[in-house]
Amino acid sequence: MKLINLIRIALRALQRNKLRAFLTMLGIIIGVASVIAMVAIGQGSKQSIQDQLSSMGSNMITIRPSSNQTVGGGARLDATGLQSLTLDDVKAIQKQATYISAVSPAVQSKGQAINGALNWPTTIQGVSPEYLSIRNWPLKDGISFTQEDVNTANKVCLIGQTVVENIFGSEDPVGKIIRFNKIPFKVIGVLGEKGENAFGQDQDDIIIAPYTTVQKRILAIPYIQNIYASAINEGSSAQATEEVSNILRTSHKLKATDEDDFMVRTQAELISTFSSTSQLLTVLLAAIAGISLIVGGIGIMNIMYVSVTERTKEIGLRMSIGAQGTDILFQFLIEAILISITGGIIGVILGITASRLVTLFLSWPTLVSQSSIMLSFMVCAITGVFFGYYPAQKASRLDPIEALRYE
Amino acid sequence: MSNKIVSIHDLKREFKMGVEIVRALKGVSFDVEPGEFVTIMGSSGSGKTTMLNILGCLDKPSDGTYLLDGVDIGKLSRNELAVLRNHKIGFVFQSYNLLARTSALENVELPLFYNSGISSKIRRERAVKALEAVKLADRLDHLPNQLSGGQQQRVAIARALVNEPVMILADEATGNLDTRTSYEIMALFQELNQQQGKTIVFVTHEPDIAAFSSRTITLKDGKVIKDSKNIQVRSAKEMLAALPVAADY
Repeated sequence: MKLINLIRIALRALQRNKLRAFLTMLGIIIGVASVIAMVAIGQGSKQSIQDQLSSMGSNMITIRPSSNQTVGGGARLDATGLQSLTLDDVKAIQKQATYISAVSPAVQSKGQAINGALNWPTTIQGVSPEYLSIRNWPLKDGISFTQEDVNTANKVCLIGQTVVENIFGSEDPVGKIIRFNKIPFKVIGVLGEKGENAFGQDQDDIIIAPYTTVQKRILAIPYIQNIYASAINEGSSAQATEEVSNILRTSHKLKATDEDDFMVRTQAELISTFSSTSQLLTVLLAAIAGISLIVGGIGIMNIMYVSVTERTKEIGLRMSIGAQGTDILFQFLIEAILISITGGIIGVILGITASRLVTLFLSWPTLVSQSSIMLSFMVCAITGVFFGYYPAQKASRLDPIEALRYE
Repeated sequence: MSNKIVSIHDLKREFKMGVEIVRALKGVSFDVEPGEFVTIMGSSGSGKTTMLNILGCLDKPSDGTYLLDGVDIGKLSRNELAVLRNHKIGFVFQSYNLLARTSALENVELPLFYNSGISSKIRRERAVKALEAVKLADRLDHLPNQLSGGQQQRVAIARALVNEPVMILADEATGNLDTRTSYEIMALFQELNQQQGKTIVFVTHEPDIAAFSSRTITLKDGKVIKDSKNIQVRSAKEMLAALPVAADY
């Protein structure tokens, strides 16, 4: 009952000074709105990077050869052309690994793809049929090749969207014969569109064929260049990495003191690297916005101080008609809290609107998180109490006699 | 003894001004009976203001006793004094002290906001009744700057009445008003005193105003030098009627 009265008193006091209350609120509004918008932008870019990385196949593990040998003078050999990975490694992983759900060897070659009068420089990727599931890559049209095609080194291929656009145009590619480095391939399927990866490479500029075909008919090599594997789930990629490393060390007959002659990289590592970068961005943006929130809070304190001085006589009157020190304290505190909370609510609405507008007009991804709303709202309530308390306390300690005589 | 509104015995009030001790009140004693209209007179420096602050429970005596409606204020804390002011005293100030940009009704309601035992319905009813008592029933929603000085003072009187105090304490309540309006206000005080039996203590330095009260206590140098009943109380209403209507024009 008493608190309701005090809230009414505070509300009426604010109503008497609408413009001032609004201007004080403005500091908090801008503070909260900018915190929410900035965090939304930061979180949005983080989310979009994560989505892009997951689109490459979030459980994907890449195994590449790496040099563990040095030539005279201690210079390490370049990894290109290293022949340390073999099909036996793939088979060993297939057989022994428990955290791996799919594995595919891979060989690449650059070359010119030709269809009639049109040609396009692209890359052919020789893999096993499991590759598409490892990359989480659906087919848009046609069918994939099979183990049978791998066994017979069949000249069939799947082509990416960029290749389709450049050598087929509006023509339907399925069933057509294209030539890659003079070798004819039958197009049996079209890959779904993947867009650019996190590094800006066009993932659709590719031709996928059985690895045996690429090994034997294009490169004429017995070894493989990469191994792609898929962990059974995103959480187990660390165990999978460990397991694959052990299998490969055994299969390569490395001694305990030898360095690995291969590298195992997971998407999870990439995701965490990129996430931590965008996390830093979010923190920086939030810190800048947080400063404006503090400035807004100081604005409240400033105005409340002026208000206490200006309303000394009013305080004296209230005390003379029976207001206790705590009544005055709560009145001013409630005024400060009302200002900051109302400002907070308007700020949240404005922040969400601003984030939407950024997405709408700048097409930046934004993500308004509940936690940022909760946090900034709590911060501004605390700001109200914190910055409102001192002026309110000053008001409550006034001597009614002196306050009444104050001019 | 206990039915006295005010009972002051050998009351002293001293202030420390640096190393010097200023004795504002040097042993004052008087009682106020219910239904009395007392003026406290005195020139500046007489201890009149200090007396007022203590009577209004804004200040406590250094020595001696002050019983307000049987309560010894010397023993009360700051908060208890506030509650006492809220329940037992109605203040009327020289400069009205109305809240700006606040309607007459809300200004009158103000003391009841600090009394948690009163519902918003009763608060409003009592405020309207108090404004009716000061003949401002048609000005409920007017803001102070829409009212004349006399009307503002009447709103302030209504505010002093709204908590049904045992004593109305007026501090130079006519000091800012012209003669005619002063008489109007004094007529209102007399009416409240005579018809509704309100106890009024009126602090002033104008002998003219003191003539309207039933008793005058004169202070000088912190002591009561004169405490006398007025045998012939002037009627403010009659004085008002006697004033030439267009005197100011």
